[in-house]
Amino acid sequence: MKAGTNLEKVLESGKFTVTAEAGPPKGVSAEVMQRKGELLRHCCDAINVTDNQTAIVRMSSFAGSMLLKQQGTDPVMQIVVRDRNRLAIQSDVLGAVALGIGNVLCLTGDHQKFGNHPNARGVFDIDSIQLIQALKRMRDEKKFLSGDDISGEVPLFIGAAANPFADPFEFRVSRLAKKIKAGADFIQTQAVYDVAKFTSWMEMVNDRGLDRQVHILAGVIPIKSAGMARYMRDYVPGVSVTDEIVARMEKAEKPKEEGVALILEIIEQLKEIPGVHGVHIMAVGWEDIVQEIVAKAGLMPRPAV
Amino acid sequence: MNSPEPQIVVFSCHWCCYQIADLSGAAQSQYSPDIKVNIVSCSGRVGIIDLMRAFENGADGVLVFGCLEDQCHHQNGSLFAKRRVAYVQSLLRGIGLGEKRLEMYNLSPAAGPKPEEILNRMIEEVKKLGLSPVKRVGKP
Amino acid sequence: MIISEQKPLEEIRKMVADYDKILILGCGTCATVCFAGGEREVAILASALRMAVKIDGKEKVFHEHTVKRQCEWEFIDEISEKLKEVDAVLPLSCGIGVQAIAERFPNCRVLPGVNTCFLGLTEEAGIWSERCVACGNCLVHETGGICPIARCAKSLSNGPCGGSVGGKCEISPDVSCAWQLIIDHLVALGQLDRLEEIQPPRDWSSSHSGGPRKIVYPFQEGNQAEVER
Repeated sequence: MKAGTNLEKVLESGKFTVTAEAGPPKGVSAEVMQRKGELLRHCCDAINVTDNQTAIVRMSSFAGSMLLKQQGTDPVMQIVVRDRNRLAIQSDVLGAVALGIGNVLCLTGDHQKFGNHPNARGVFDIDSIQLIQALKRMRDEKKFLSGDDISGEVPLFIGAAANPFADPFEFRVSRLAKKIKAGADFIQTQAVYDVAKFTSWMEMVNDRGLDRQVHILAGVIPIKSAGMARYMRDYVPGVSVTDEIVARMEKAEKPKEEGVALILEIIEQLKEIPGVHGVHIMAVGWEDIVQEIVAKAGLMPRPAV
Repeated sequence: MNSPEPQIVVFSCHWCCYQIADLSGAAQSQYSPDIKVNIVSCSGRVGIIDLMRAFENGADGVLVFGCLEDQCHHQNGSLFAKRRVAYVQSLLRGIGLGEKRLEMYNLSPAAGPKPEEILNRMIEEVKKLGLSPVKRVGKP
Repeated sequence: MIISEQKPLEEIRKMVADYDKILILGCGTCATVCFAGGEREVAILASALRMAVKIDGKEKVFHEHTVKRQCEWEFIDEISEKLKEVDAVLPLSCGIGVQAIAERFPNCRVLPGVNTCFLGLTEEAGIWSERCVACGNCLVHETGGICPIARCAKSLSNGPCGGSVGGKCEISPDVSCAWQLIIDHLVALGQLDRLEEIQPPRDWSSSHSGGPRKIVYPFQEGNQAEVER
């Protein structure tokens, strides 16, 4: 075991794993975080805490992760390299480990111009792949990037994101291979709507033997309205919402139910794809639907490992 | 220089209007405008600084005549002129002269408005706007 | 080339408000090529300011002059006599020229007339794009001759990020994804496998992040640094 977190244990046990996302508040309320934790704790094996997502300032992922940890859930602390340099990142990771956080997801981060502080200077001292490498070094060699020794153990379960739909085509699987080479232990992908496309990406991944080197969780985003479907199709880069899905949501009499039905169909298909070890449910602003989805997908109760 | 008659400066190529040299005579106005006509080989020869200096020297209105864009004898001259005129209009806005004192028209000798009609309209416009505030010497 | 852009007229008007005699000083090198501050632009700006000032009912005098470059003392020194007639100078040169003038003539008030934007290439007349951020450690041979530090919005060394869509950067459909360009180049060269190597964290100490930089050429006879050595 690299970190012995619940997430790692469930993935290593070979059981289909479930993770979800909780966004911290744009304020100081610990209760908001705890409420989300309560909604998700029994239907997920670990909960991602986002880090200034879309460059909008929120309570830090570190603090949010701590609040979840105190509730007894297994948080996945997200780090975007947009906002912190290598000193701050390594420092935060030491603190996180000291406080019992073990899962870290390494991300680039949306450009700051999309957020609410577009005049800020983006940091990007290191990129997400260098971050993965840095964390691996901290854990396996107990060294900082500078080469100095770290006192104590740094058990970390290192995650990275993958986007089968946005990368330059020639490079999609190579990019994943690079993240694994750098030290990624688990991968959470962007939301899958086009299962056929995702399946062919997974086939390329499996052909290179990468599915045996890393745990891949396929991302899903439940859609609650036709408007949301259209918005994601037209404005969110890297999320490939098909026209069929938009049409389906537009025709639906009860959009929320249709959205849940749709996501359940996708999850059923994802379960069958070789190399997919779990699902990552990003229910943006709809955390209370996750329990229903996990239950109807036949994934309850979550295993105790 | 403190003449109440409007001073209009015209830049024109001789391709778009054959009788351009007679323009001052052709203009019929109840005023006695002071018209200065600069004939150029192409409207594309009119530089930004030429337009600016015209206003600096007291012009109340400036007209640029060029060929229709697909008929310019020098290919893109009248297109460049249009862009320069647009730029100078933005400068005139910025300094408080207003862009209405400068206009460009694409003319054809075969059809369309005649330069003297356009000139008369500019004279009317300038009378409405008043003489150029650049001509005021000392405090307003 | 250093690409700059003239400041908006409104901003320049505010800057000259407190002065009565101003020298507008053009630069005959970079600023001329990018139409920001050459002799022509000096004349146009002077004309605009004279008229603006007259309309405001004020009295100001604008002198015009252009020197070959404002980043070399020998050309800057040409204006020392002219400065006696003015109370401010408005250089239309890049930040280097503006500061050189301020340094050479400390009693003269200096008002920058252009914004220095980037180090760039003339794609065609009138279109310039950023190519280099002077990081001090050029490694473009590793990325097919394309610099990811300058041309990637996030300066990624192991790009692209997930926001690269259709060969364009997430920040704008007008901006190419540098990493797509790099991949295309390497594919054409048959060297895509270069990108399997993980680039380690950059050494930013050679860039401006390490502090203001200076180079002393070791073989220049007679320069002050050589003399001191």
